[in-house]
Formats: sequence, structure tokens, C-alpha cells
Amino acid sequence: MLLLALWQVLTVVGGYDRFILPGPLDVWEQFSIVATDGRLLRHSLVTISEVIPGLLIGFLVATPLGYLLARSPLAERLLSPYLIASQAIPVIAIAPLLTIWVRSTYWSRVLVAVLVVFFPILINVIAGLRSVPSELYELMQSLRATRWQIFRQLEAPAAMPILLAGLKVGATLSVIGALVGEFVQPKSQGLGFLLVTARYQFKTDLVFVVLLTLSAIALSMYGLVALAERWLLRWKRAT
Amino acid sequence: MTSLATQTRDTTFLCAEGVSHVYPDGVQAIADVSLSLAPGSFTALVGPSGVGKSTLLRILGGLLKPSSGAVSLRSSPPHLSPDPVGIVFQRDNLMPWRTAYDNVCLPLEVQGVRAPERVQSLLELVGLDGFAHSYPSQLSGGMAQRVALARALVHRPELLLLDEPFGALDALTRERMGQELMRIWHAMPVTVFMVTHSITEAVRLADEVLVMTGYPGRITEHVVVNLPRPRELSLEATTAFQKLVMDIRAAIEEAGV
Ligand SMILES: Nc1ncnc2c1ncn2[C@@H]1O[C@H](COP(=O)(O)OP(=O)(O)O)[C@@H](O)[C@H]1O
Ligand SMILES: [Mg+2]
Repeated sequence: MLLLALWQVLTVVGGYDRFILPGPLDVWEQFSIVATDGRLLRHSLVTISEVIPGLLIGFLVATPLGYLLARSPLAERLLSPYLIASQAIPVIAIAPLLTIWVRSTYWSRVLVAVLVVFFPILINVIAGLRSVPSELYELMQSLRATRWQIFRQLEAPAAMPILLAGLKVGATLSVIGALVGEFVQPKSQGLGFLLVTARYQFKTDLVFVVLLTLSAIALSMYGLVALAERWLLRWKRAT
Repeated sequence: MTSLATQTRDTTFLCAEGVSHVYPDGVQAIADVSLSLAPGSFTALVGPSGVGKSTLLRILGGLLKPSSGAVSLRSSPPHLSPDPVGIVFQRDNLMPWRTAYDNVCLPLEVQGVRAPERVQSLLELVGLDGFAHSYPSQLSGGMAQRVALARALVHRPELLLLDEPFGALDALTRERMGQELMRIWHAMPVTVFMVTHSITEAVRLADEVLVMTGYPGRITEHVVVNLPRPRELSLEATTAFQKLVMDIRAAIEEAGV
């Protein structure tokens, strides 16, 4: 609240133009307009529909690959140079290429989100599996546990805390990913499209509305994972 | 020839012959180790750090394949499909996401056995039935190690392997745990093989103490502990006890460590 008041005072005292630094009241006004005419919701839903599959697909690809890399030294030696090299190229640079290769606007955006969330999740899956004490592996081995039992009863729960930490990072990054995808493919839909249009029309207050909406989406995604974490790691709360 | 082999089988639960181990990185950990454990006996292995005690323990438990030599168990051919063993390490290695009760359940789950009464009675045996629903983070070091002991016994293994099980505990807890272990061993038909740093602990608990020295490690001394059971803590004051301790210490120091 204090911050909002300060912001308003600054815009009034500074006498900035509305399209350079709009005050909170201007932003609120603009918010009411796009919220009531349904534009905000429509574009948000488009972005959310890219963010969630982006995160899910990234998770579903990164997890088995991370498992393979952590458990097989051969796979690690063969694949990790490529994976690390791929991280040296910023996604924003590959994104235009993707829009050429993937014809569907929707899937090219999802794919950018996938690429952005993929690496942090992968790294955390590997770190999580490496954190399993070797003596617990020996314990499972001494019980003649099968591969599947070792995965189910040891590796999955042991890696869970670090995996979830990676997923939280991925959740916020997925919003950035979808936004980058929308920037390079700004076809009539999504918050990224709205942002680009607002900027062209010098509607800076609308830019603010979009930015705030994006952070609200990112926070909700984070909150969703945090909620899952609370439930999955409920044993951590015992003291 | 055959009859002799059968005869030794009857009085031997586990037998290792000429076991050597070289790790993939070229470190030879143990050389030409032979030993036999009588059924239901308690054997302690002492020796300086890094001589290969844990390596030998892993080989006996079938967790590590020796580079040469063989280990055979009474009931099964050499490591064809060895029975599950019970194992306790220096760190309790409980799963922090499971309660004490669920940690003890683990071996049964792996074997697909449902036997809640066994879990319950083992928790009682180690004196923790009141803590069944506590998580490892809520238990003291001694309590956690007792849960680990219960977990190692719940599937009724014939062989219990202990690798410095009380090494991380304070001296008093350690002594109490030793007494508990004695009580549990008397209550269950299990053959115990324990690695320990403490010579007094070895003499107080074991029927036989093996001394391992050298790099690579070899068994350089077998000491039979002919002290009456049950052994009270006061036993440590007797000359017989102290003589055994001194003999073993001398055997280790003789090796120049
Ligand atoms: N997994 C391993 N790979 C390579 N060398 C090992 C491994 N485990 C133990 N060693 C080496 O084997 C020797 C014996 O180790 P260990 O059996 O753990 O001794 P102890 O239990 O008596 O301290 C040491 O020199 C150790 O460095
Ligand atoms: Mg050791």
C-alpha cells in the first residue's frame, strides 16, 4: 500500500506523462477496462494454456533424461557435452528458428516454454538422485530389491525435495518461456501479443497491467508447486 | 572328501575361502582372507581404518563380488541366490520420509510380506514401541540406531552384518546399545558379524575376535573369547577380560600401525 502511494505521489510530483510512467490510478483504470471487456481474461487464458503444457512437457522429458544421466555414466559422457553447449545459446536466439520449424503458432510457443524449463529441472533431477546415500542403495541391494523397488521406495522419495525445488524454478520460468514464444510469434493472441500491441500504441498503463498479470500467473504457478510440495514433503514438518 | 565337506557344512554357517578384492581403480583392499562363522555365533572384526574391514563385510553380505576366492552359505550354493541379509551401518541410514514404524517395514515391503505384528514386536524388543509414529528427525542418535537394528532384523535374516554400528554414538549410549544387542541376539537365532573400532566392545560382545591388519588387509589373528555369558559390564574389570584386550591390542600394534 505504502509502495502504491509512493508511486502515485512520484507520478504526480514528477509530472511524468502518462505514457512514460503511468500512476497506479491510471493502471487501475486501464485494468478495469480490459478486465470488463474480457480482453485480459482471453489473453491470459491463452498464455496459461501455453505455460502449463510447457511446464508439464518439460518436466516429463527432463525427469527420465535426468534419471538416465544420473544412473548411466555412458549416457552422461555421451549427452552432457551437447546439453551444456545447448545452454550457451540463449532461448531468445533459437525461438525464431523454432517458429520456422514448428508450423503451429501454439506449439511453437509451448516448445519455447519447454526449452526454458527443461534445463533447471534436469539439473535438479540429477542433483536429487546424486544425493541418495550409497549406503541406502546397499541396504536395498541387501534386501534383493528389484530395480523398480529401488526407484519407487528409495530414489523417487529421496530425490523429491531437490526435484521439487527445481520444479518451483521451472514454474516461474515457464511463464517467461511462453512470453518469449509469444514475442517471436505475436499472432493475435496471448499476453505477449497484448504487451507488444500496448507498446506500439504507447499505452504504457496497459503494459503495466500485462506485466502485473504475468507476475500474478508466475506466482500462482509457483504457489501450485509449493502446495504440491507441502503435501508431498509433509514428513518434513514433523518436529 | 565329500564327507569331510559335509561335516564342515554342518558346523559352519558361512565360509569364506581365499577371498581377495581389488577395486576397479586398482586398490587392493583385502588379500587371501579365509574365515568361517558358526551358526548363531557372534564374530567381531577389529583393525585400523582402511585395512578393508568394510570391504570384507560387503563381500560376506553378497553386496560385492570378490575378485577371487569364494563365499558360501550353508543353505545355498555360492552366491547363486543368496538370502537377504540384515545390515546396519555407522550412520543409521533411516529414510527421513518414513516414520520409525514404516522404516522397520521396508524389508517386508520389498519382500511383499505383510506382518505388522513382527514390526510391532521388534519395536518393542528395541524399546521403541512408543515412538512408532515418530520421524527419524525426531529421534536421538541412539534411538535411530535402534530403529535401524529393528529394520535389519524384521525380515528374519540368518546373517546380521554390523559395520561400526555404534561408532557415531557417545560412550555411554554405545555401551547401552552393546548390551541391547546382546539381549536381541539371545532372543533371535541370528549369526552376527560386526566390524568395530573398539577392542573392549569386541571382547565384551563376541565369541571370537578377528584381527585384520596390513595393506591390503589380511586376518592376522583369531582370538576366541571364552568368557561366560551373560556378560555384565563388571566383566571388564576382570583380569581374563583385560588380558584378551591386551592380546588383541598387541596383535594390532605388532603389525606396525
Ligand atoms: N568403492 C571403493 N572404490 C575404490 N576403493 C575403495 C572403495 N571402498 C574402499 N576402498 C579402498 O579400499 C581400502 C579398504 O577400505 P575399507 O574396506 O572401507 O576399509 P575399513 O572399513 O577397514 O576402513 C581403502 O584403501 C579404501 O580407500
Ligand atoms: Mg569401514
